[in-house]
Amino acid sequence: MQLSREALIRAYRQMKTIRLFEERLHDEIALGEIAGFTHLYAGQEACAVGVCEHLGPTDYIISTHRGHGHCIAKGCDVMAMMKEIYGSRDGLCKGKGGSMHIADMNVGMLGANGIVGAGAPIAVGAGITAKSNGTVSIAFSGDGACNQGTTFEAMNMAVVLKLPVIFVFENNHYSEHTGEAYAVGAESMTARSAAFGMKAIKANGIDFFSVYDAMRELIDYCKAGNGPASIELDCERFYGHFEGDPQRYRGPGELDRIREERDCLKTFRTRVTEAKLLEGAELDRVDVEVADLIDRAVGEAKLADRPTPQDVLQDVYISY
Amino acid sequence: MAIKMIRDVIRDTIDDEMARDDRLIMLGEDIVGGNGAPGGPEAIGGIWGTSGGLWAKYGADRVIDTPISESAIIGAAAGAALTGKRAIAEIMFADFIGVCMDQIWNQVAKFRYMFGGKTSCPLVIRMPYGAGFNAAPQHSQVIHQFVTAMPGLKVVMPSTPADAKGLLTQAIRDDDPVIFLEHKALYGVKGEVPDGDYIIPFGHARHVTQGDDITILATGMMVGFAENAAAQLAQDGIGCDILDLRTTSPLDEEAILDSVERTGRLLIVDEAPPRCSFATDLSALVAQKAFASLKAPIDMVTPPHSPVPFARELESAYLPSPDKIVASAVKLMSYRRG
Ligand SMILES: Cc1ncc(C[n+]2csc(CCOP(=O)(O)OP(=O)(O)O)c2C)c(N)n1
Ligand SMILES: [Mg+2]
Repeated sequence: MQLSREALIRAYRQMKTIRLFEERLHDEIALGEIAGFTHLYAGQEACAVGVCEHLGPTDYIISTHRGHGHCIAKGCDVMAMMKEIYGSRDGLCKGKGGSMHIADMNVGMLGANGIVGAGAPIAVGAGITAKSNGTVSIAFSGDGACNQGTTFEAMNMAVVLKLPVIFVFENNHYSEHTGEAYAVGAESMTARSAAFGMKAIKANGIDFFSVYDAMRELIDYCKAGNGPASIELDCERFYGHFEGDPQRYRGPGELDRIREERDCLKTFRTRVTEAKLLEGAELDRVDVEVADLIDRAVGEAKLADRPTPQDVLQDVYISY
Repeated sequence: MAIKMIRDVIRDTIDDEMARDDRLIMLGEDIVGGNGAPGGPEAIGGIWGTSGGLWAKYGADRVIDTPISESAIIGAAAGAALTGKRAIAEIMFADFIGVCMDQIWNQVAKFRYMFGGKTSCPLVIRMPYGAGFNAAPQHSQVIHQFVTAMPGLKVVMPSTPADAKGLLTQAIRDDDPVIFLEHKALYGVKGEVPDGDYIIPFGHARHVTQGDDITILATGMMVGFAENAAAQLAQDGIGCDILDLRTTSPLDEEAILDSVERTGRLLIVDEAPPRCSFATDLSALVAQKAFASLKAPIDMVTPPHSPVPFARELESAYLPSPDKIVASAVKLMSYRRG
C-alpha cells in the first residue's frame, strides 16, 4: 500500500519514539532512578506502530506488561508516561500504576496489564462497544499469553458473538525464560486461532509495511461484520524479559545478531530510502527531534511533583 | 546448623524431599527456564532462585516447566496428587491466584470433605507474596486473608530460614493441601537452619520476644517490623510479647490467649487491608475469649483499604512500618478507661 510522505514520517517518528524511550529507560533503570519491574518493548516497534497507525481514538487497544510501545503508538502522552514510570503524581495514572499499568481512556488505550492473559477478555467487551460504534478492538498478547485459558475463552467468545476484535500475537519467541517452541503446543498461534473459527494470518513483525498491510486487510474484514481475526507477528525483543534479566536462555551472539539483522527501524530506513520515498536526512531530523523529546520527558519526570501519603487514599470509593 | 538464606532453604528442602520420596513432583512457570530456548534448560531455576539444579537432578518428569496457565498448573498438580503423586505447584506471584482460584477454592480445598473423607490431596501450593518492591497493584499483594477463610486449606507463612525449613518439610509430608506463602522481601534473609530432618508441626506460634506490656501478633515481613518496633519500645521500658503465628490455619489460639491474658493489651500487625482480614479475625478471637483481660482496646496496624500503589512514597505510606507500630503501642500504653 502506498503511504504519503507524511504518513511514512509519522510512522517512523512513532517507532523511533518508542525505541529511544526504551533505550533511555534502560540506562536510567541501571542508575537506580526507577522503581519496580520494567519490561522494555524495544525491537517490537513495527508491531505496535503497524497496528495502531490504522486506529483512531474510538478504536480500542489493550496491552500487556510490555506496554510502553502500545501506549506510545496509540497516542498516550510521552511526557505523562515518563512521569508515571518515575512515580510522579503528575504521571498518566498519578503514580499509582507505574510502567505495568499505563492507561489512557481518552485515546482508546485500555491499559497495560500485569496479569498475563487478562487483556483478551476485556478486548472482547471493548469489541461489543466497537461493534456499535463501527470501530475495532485490538488485544495485544504475547506468545506466552497465548497459552492462558482466558485467551482461549476470549477468542471463542469473540467468534460466537461475531465481534470486531483482532487478536494480535507478538511472537518474540520467549515467555520470560521459556522458548515458544516448548510452551506453545499448536503448530503456530495462527493455526490455533484458526481452529477457533476466525480468520488468522501471519506477518513479519520486523517489517512495518508487512504489519501495516496485513492489518488494513483485517480491520476492513472485521468492520465488514465478519467477526474477529487474529494475526501472528514474528518479532524480537532487544532487552531482557524485565530490566535485570541475565538472559541466560539466549544463544551465543543472539542479541548481537538480532540487533544487526532484525532491527525494524533499520529495515524501515533502508526500505524507504532505497525506494526513494524519503531522504535519509529527513529521517535524521526526526531522530534529533525525538531524542530531544525524550530528553525533555526524562528531565521533567525527574523534577515532577512527588506523591504524598494523602494520595494513597485518592480514587478509592471509601477509606478505612 | 548452617547459615542460609530463605530462598536457599526453600530450594534445599525441596531437594531433600524429592530425594526422599520419588512420588514428589513440582510444577510451575520457569521453574526450570530455558526450555525450548537456545540457552537450553535450567537457564534460571525459578525466577526466585528456589528451584536451581533440581531439573538436572530429578529430570523433566518430576521438575515440570509449564506454559503460562495457572488454572492448569493447579488442576494438574491436584490431579497428580489425587492419583498417587505428591505435588508442589509454584504460582510465580501470589497475585496470580486470581487466575486459578476455582482450582484452589472449589476443587483442591473441598476434595477431602466433599468426597466423604475418602481422598487425600498431598499438594503444596507455593506462592511468593507481599509488597516492598514497588511492583504495583498486581504484583505486591498478600492473599493469606482469603485463603485462611477457606475451609480445607492449611496456610503457612514462615518468616525465618529455620521456620521455612521446618514448615515446608511438614507441608510436603502433609496429606492435605497446604498454601505455603513466601514473602518476596524475606528471600534474602539469613539465619541458622537445623541440619537433617527438621519438622515444625502446624498450629504452633513462635515466641519472638518476651514482654509483659503488649502482645504483638504478626506474620511474614511484619514480624521483623514488630521486632524493630519492640527494640525501640524497650528503651522506653515497654515490653513486647511478639508472637510469629507461622500458620494462619490452623491457628495457635492458646498461645495468643495466654499472652493476652498476661499483657492485657493486643496489637495486631498485618499486611492485608483492614476489613474482613486476618487481623480482624484475631481481634474477634481475643474479644470473644479474653475480653476480661483487656486493659485497652485492641489495635491493628495495617495498610488502608486500597490497592497497593506503585510510587515509592505511596507504597511506603501504604505499608505498616516499625514507626507505625511504635505509635500504636504508645497509644495502647497511655489508654485509660474513661
Ligand atoms: C497470570 C500471570 N502469570 C504469570 C505472569 C508472570 N509473567 C509476566 S510476563 C510473562 C511472560 C509473558 O510472555 P509473553 O506473553 O510471550 O510476553 P512477552 O514477555 O514476550 O512480551 C510471565 C510468565 C504474570 N504476570 N501473570
Ligand atoms: Mg513472548
